Amino acid sequence: MLQPPYASGPSLPDTSRLVRVLKLELKGITKRFGSLVANDHIDVVVEPGQIHCLLGENGAGKSTLMNVLYGLYEPTEGEILIDDKPVTFRGPGDAMAAGIGMVHQHFMLVPVFTVAENVALGAETTKTGGFLDLEDTRRKIREISDRYGFDVDPDALIEDLPVGVQQRVEIIKALVRDAKVLILDEPTAVLTPQDTDELLDIMRQLKSHGTSIVFISHKLREVKAVSDTITVIRRGKVVGSADPGASTTELASMMVGRAVSLTLDKAPANPQETTFEVKDLTVIAPSGQHVVDGISFGIARGEILAIAGVQGNGQTELTEAILGLHERAHGSITLDGEELLGRSVKDVLNAGVGFVPEDRSLDGLIGTFSIAENLILDRYDQAPFAKGISMSPAKVLENAKTRIEEFDVRTPSGMLAAGTLSGGNQQKVVMARELSRPLRLFIASQPTRGVDVGSIEFLHKRIVAERDHGTPVMIVSTELDEVIELADRIAVLYKGRLVGIVPAGTGRDVLGLMMAGVSLDEAQADAAGKHSAQRPAPTTAENPAGNTAENPAGTPAANPATTPATSQAPAAPSVQEPGSGAVGDHHE
Amino acid sequence: MSENTEPRPAAAPDPDRLPAAQATAVEPEPLEDDEAFVTSLDTAGGAHQPSAVPVSTQSGSLPGAPEEESLLRKIFTGNGIVTILAVLLALILGGLLIAMTDKVVGTTAGYLFARPTDFLTAVWSAATGSYVALFQGAVFNPRGAGVAGQFAPLMETLTIATPLITAGLGVALAFRAGLFNIGAQGQIIMAGILASWVGFALHLPVGLHLLLVLVAGVIGGAVWGGIVGVLKARTGAHEVIVTIMFNYIALYFLRDLLDTDLFQRPGADTPISPIVDPSAAYPLIFGSQYRLHLGFLLAIAATVFVWWLLNRSTLGFEFRAIGANPKAALTAGINVSRATILVMTIAGGLAGLAGVAQVAGTEKVLTDGVAATYGFDAITVALLGRSSPWGTFAAGVLFGAFRAGAVQMQIQTGTPIDIVLVVQSLIVLFIAAPPLVRAIFGLNPRKKKAATAGKTKQAATTGGAA
Amino acid sequence: MSTTATSPVQGESQPDKGRRPAVSTKPVTWKLPVTLSVLATIAFIFFGLLGPQANAKFGVSSGGDFFQLPAIDVPAFLSGMVLSLILLGLAGYALVLKAKKNVRPPSWLPAVFTVVFVVAFLIWVVGGARTPSISLAGLIAGSVTLAVPIVFGSLSGVLCERAGVVNIAIESQLLGGAFTAALVASLTHNPYLGLLAAAVAGALVSMVLALFSIKYVVNQIIVGVVLNVLVSGLTGFLFTTVMQSDPEKYNSPAELPIIDIPVLSGIPVIGPILFKQSVVGYLMYVAVIVIWVALFKTKWGLRVRAVGEHPQAADTLGINVNATRFWNVTLGGAVAGIGGSFFTLVAIDSFTKEISGGRGFIALAAMILGRWNPIGAFFAALLFGFADNLQSIVTIIGTPVPSQFMAMLPYVVTVFAVAGLVGRSRPPAADGIPYIKG
Repeated sequence: MLQPPYASGPSLPDTSRLVRVLKLELKGITKRFGSLVANDHIDVVVEPGQIHCLLGENGAGKSTLMNVLYGLYEPTEGEILIDDKPVTFRGPGDAMAAGIGMVHQHFMLVPVFTVAENVALGAETTKTGGFLDLEDTRRKIREISDRYGFDVDPDALIEDLPVGVQQRVEIIKALVRDAKVLILDEPTAVLTPQDTDELLDIMRQLKSHGTSIVFISHKLREVKAVSDTITVIRRGKVVGSADPGASTTELASMMVGRAVSLTLDKAPANPQETTFEVKDLTVIAPSGQHVVDGISFGIARGEILAIAGVQGNGQTELTEAILGLHERAHGSITLDGEELLGRSVKDVLNAGVGFVPEDRSLDGLIGTFSIAENLILDRYDQAPFAKGISMSPAKVLENAKTRIEEFDVRTPSGMLAAGTLSGGNQQKVVMARELSRPLRLFIASQPTRGVDVGSIEFLHKRIVAERDHGTPVMIVSTELDEVIELADRIAVLYKGRLVGIVPAGTGRDVLGLMMAGVSLDEAQADAAGKHSAQRPAPTTAENPAGNTAENPAGTPAANPATTPATSQAPAAPSVQEPGSGAVGDHHE
Repeated sequence: MSENTEPRPAAAPDPDRLPAAQATAVEPEPLEDDEAFVTSLDTAGGAHQPSAVPVSTQSGSLPGAPEEESLLRKIFTGNGIVTILAVLLALILGGLLIAMTDKVVGTTAGYLFARPTDFLTAVWSAATGSYVALFQGAVFNPRGAGVAGQFAPLMETLTIATPLITAGLGVALAFRAGLFNIGAQGQIIMAGILASWVGFALHLPVGLHLLLVLVAGVIGGAVWGGIVGVLKARTGAHEVIVTIMFNYIALYFLRDLLDTDLFQRPGADTPISPIVDPSAAYPLIFGSQYRLHLGFLLAIAATVFVWWLLNRSTLGFEFRAIGANPKAALTAGINVSRATILVMTIAGGLAGLAGVAQVAGTEKVLTDGVAATYGFDAITVALLGRSSPWGTFAAGVLFGAFRAGAVQMQIQTGTPIDIVLVVQSLIVLFIAAPPLVRAIFGLNPRKKKAATAGKTKQAATTGGAA
Repeated sequence: MSTTATSPVQGESQPDKGRRPAVSTKPVTWKLPVTLSVLATIAFIFFGLLGPQANAKFGVSSGGDFFQLPAIDVPAFLSGMVLSLILLGLAGYALVLKAKKNVRPPSWLPAVFTVVFVVAFLIWVVGGARTPSISLAGLIAGSVTLAVPIVFGSLSGVLCERAGVVNIAIESQLLGGAFTAALVASLTHNPYLGLLAAAVAGALVSMVLALFSIKYVVNQIIVGVVLNVLVSGLTGFLFTTVMQSDPEKYNSPAELPIIDIPVLSGIPVIGPILFKQSVVGYLMYVAVIVIWVALFKTKWGLRVRAVGEHPQAADTLGINVNATRFWNVTLGGAVAGIGGSFFTLVAIDSFTKEISGGRGFIALAAMILGRWNPIGAFFAALLFGFADNLQSIVTIIGTPVPSQFMAMLPYVVTVFAVAGLVGRSRPPAADGIPYIKG
């Protein structure tokens, strides 16, 4: 996933080329979906050559606004002005013609096409008779790659490329179409901190070439690092604009609408004996790739182990293997000495494993089933809900009433389809189901993804309560903030391997480097010496296997110091306020 | 139709684009938009996966006031009306088709402008004449001999409905598990082969013989369906393709068998089997004056069974779960492979029941036309019945009536039976596309905006608070 | 549809594309090597060890050829042995590749295997017959003839499914084409007008599929299944009421002439199949090539494939997904309609009920076996045409193989294909998934 560091730094503004810049203005944009107002009279002005950030929580209406701007939605009211002239976009084609490009959060690339085919699509150069002239596209790709130091092979298949490169292809797509304004929708969600840094550099380069950028994010650190102007959106309305110099707490409270405590009040962990152990776990994908590669760790009762890492580094497969969803998993997974590997999902669940999957709508809930049915999804065949193969609907409803109340699920009835609930309430249903039986292990993947702030607090408290109840808890999250907030110990995964296990309180910069595959020792050395202005060469792609051996996991009793080197960790970068990360410092 | 303004994303769940879910969740009367809500589920379900079924039917019916209430509402406001209008529309189009090809209509069209009333009368009488004949052949024939004779058509309807119902249940059950069972035809054939063989080759005591025939037939269908389930579960082979192919394989297998000494009636030149023993035939329910046989009662029992299976059993829960969201079912510990194989086996068994009804009830012999087109009609029956057991039952009776009546219609008015296929398929098409039906009848609901504008403020202020 | 606006469903989503790279989608399985081994073993036992002792005689030239080749006379037992040993060798090679290097066999291997298997099978069938002699030229020419509607049907499938619309309705498009061609050619006494009308009829049937599946988002498989019933009923009804009322007037279509290209058509074996065809036959070759080039070499094709693989990506690049789908489905219908005209304008001189006899479903199978590629579909259709033709020939020459078994073969092969036992076929990613604009 790592990109070779490109040779030159940000190049100087290319003054020899006269670049047409344009000013973009959104005036009173309102977008309604039925009774819902996603955007309510939003005014935004993007000055030429600026990086303009739209900051807002999940669900604030940022993406809707950008889809209006990109011609994917028609605004209910309001107008878009380019260089003070009103324009109407009937589709993305119009928007592109007007010089607007967009990199979507979920990449819009055809996986079975080559880079060149993807770039050409919709803006094809043709020879006579409508035949494709991909050579022309390849030339353009090389040209842009050279200009910005991308390393993209025009003939590679998209599905073979790492996420970071795919994102560059998306940027190339926009640039080939001569985009003057580039919309980046949550571009860092899938990137490592290091890839993120590179992206921020690319954004600065683009700006220096005269491209304006609309940067959509809810990550305060990145926003502060790169923006010229910040517009904060909340519940479909512009609540104000801010200066990049504003403090993180200030921005956060604007974004959320009230003062937020960014840290969770939780009692220190009281770890007891280790009951859950994973030893030399390897999961092999159908391709033969080792997606989880020789992982060992343990979790004690009464502690939370967070698995950190960038999405796609084996977390999904790790949890799936524990649950028994993977056929080709080797090693050993024991709970209270009982082997779980090789058993069916049902057996594992019945052994007392509670599991909140990372994608609740896909794996955790059946959207068309009622809430009541979803609340017994893994126990439909057990007493009191079933006798033999005959089910008791009354008991199912009764259970629903209790759980809905207990977990504060906002719904008028347990009979409603679960798909009609908000993200937060859906997650509460999943949690309610998993936490409503005696557990010996609780695993939650991305427990608060796409969940509103109010629910996040509630869900976090529930997780901590389960820990305090004496259950070993494993959290998998790609959000570093969440990891730092919940974890008692943090295990970092990179390319299926365990880079290391560090105690809570380890610095964000150290974790970030580890998430890029840098070994713990090096990460700490580097983090300590970061002011020496030397950029780390993230070339340690192949993490020596010895690294995991150095951190003999499964000895959580010796919690604070798994390796000698960690002893300095708590001291040096100390606990920071989440949100004020090292990334900003890195470049200034 | 303003699709462009719909907020439903075709691809990924983007929380930013979907705050509406939050708003609806806190809205005080979410049931008010029941119909819209059902529709949106249906289409959104289709947005990411070819959904076999209207997913709104996926949730099990649990007892409780809200359910009953919404059911009533649905009948009066939503699907009920659409269903009736769809049937009406299909009948009208079928009538026009009949009129178009009618001779008298053709003649009167020649002097249409001179005497337009002649033309219109001819159109009316051509269409209604056929339909009246259809009705008389399907339900009640006033010219019948005595009450028994007058109701003979109804009995005939139920006889023909019997295989339609059970095969339809097989298709519907698979639909609920998200599987397209196009293979009822082949399953009926395999059931027919086994059942008839037991029926004419073995000579057993009364009772036991019929029981064995029944078991053999059901097993034949179940195995043929079960193989599809195994292929689907183990290799991911698409069941639509596999079942279509299995239909042909079964048909050629049957034709081959009817060429052999094992199955061909001694002395016969045509591919036909011996007649099954009387001890292997279904008893007639109302005596020998009607053809209605025990199979119909079994069809009722099968309907009850499928209802119980889907709504009150853990197996049905599994079936519905893998139909609605197989990944979530897997994560919840449901053995998706097992459920897939099981549901296809049971579906095949139900279709097998139709095969038994044919050889032990209606036909009493095995020919290569044993399945007629019941297997394909079963698909339309299940679709019309919206994959619910009693809906399928009702649809089976309706289509049985069409088939029974069509015979009478052809005799009386010369209108070919094929018109039934046209009407049947039009009904299913229209029912599947309620907006089209509403548009045709000018029933499209007022723009939602007007109705919901009042709630806007409230939604905006409460949205996201959940 | 505007009524749906009030409650978008958060729960519905496509699998996260971002996760794709983590698990590669190209597993190398044992299925193919094992299947090949099983088939090779069967071939060795039946065609080799238990092979007939007679000589199989294959006539190569037909009377009209401008030069004559001697008939091929092969000892059935010996050639059965040799060929089945070759099959075993090929299967063994596939096994070794999987075991040692964990790679799939090269793509030529299954193709060569198929050809060798078919040849061995043919020798076995003919060698075991009462009269062990058949005309190879006739067999191949007959296969191509029988394959024509299947090829057109499978091209229709390719056009629809490459754009993301599942086309189960090929059967109805063929049937509609056949009926309309007969009717129009009878009324106008002009077979070319009949051909044109068939294309229009196929397109109209397809438009119904497009309308319901794209505009009303009805499940595409449902629409397809129902359309087959509808067209079957409609043509059956009109056949009885209209055509049979005056067959002379309505059901005696003028036939399309066979155009014989001098000299070239006299080349043994390939002459008749390439240079002695009806207009529909020539159109078939043109259609296969044109559609292949258009799909893979042109701007139009790139867009169509993008729509079938990732409609949202296409949409964000300004491509009108649903319009693309609509016109592709319509075009597919027109192509299938032309295929349908073959029944009534070339093969048989009048329309009868269900004249397409399930060939639409074989076409569907050919499309899958041909992996959604026009050329692949063409060869798969030829194979099915061959099986179909062989079925009637074995009845004539009298072999121990029941003809029903031959008729069954295409369907069995297809089941194997979709089960992944004869190579993996991956449909376009968005095939069957309606696109609802965000």
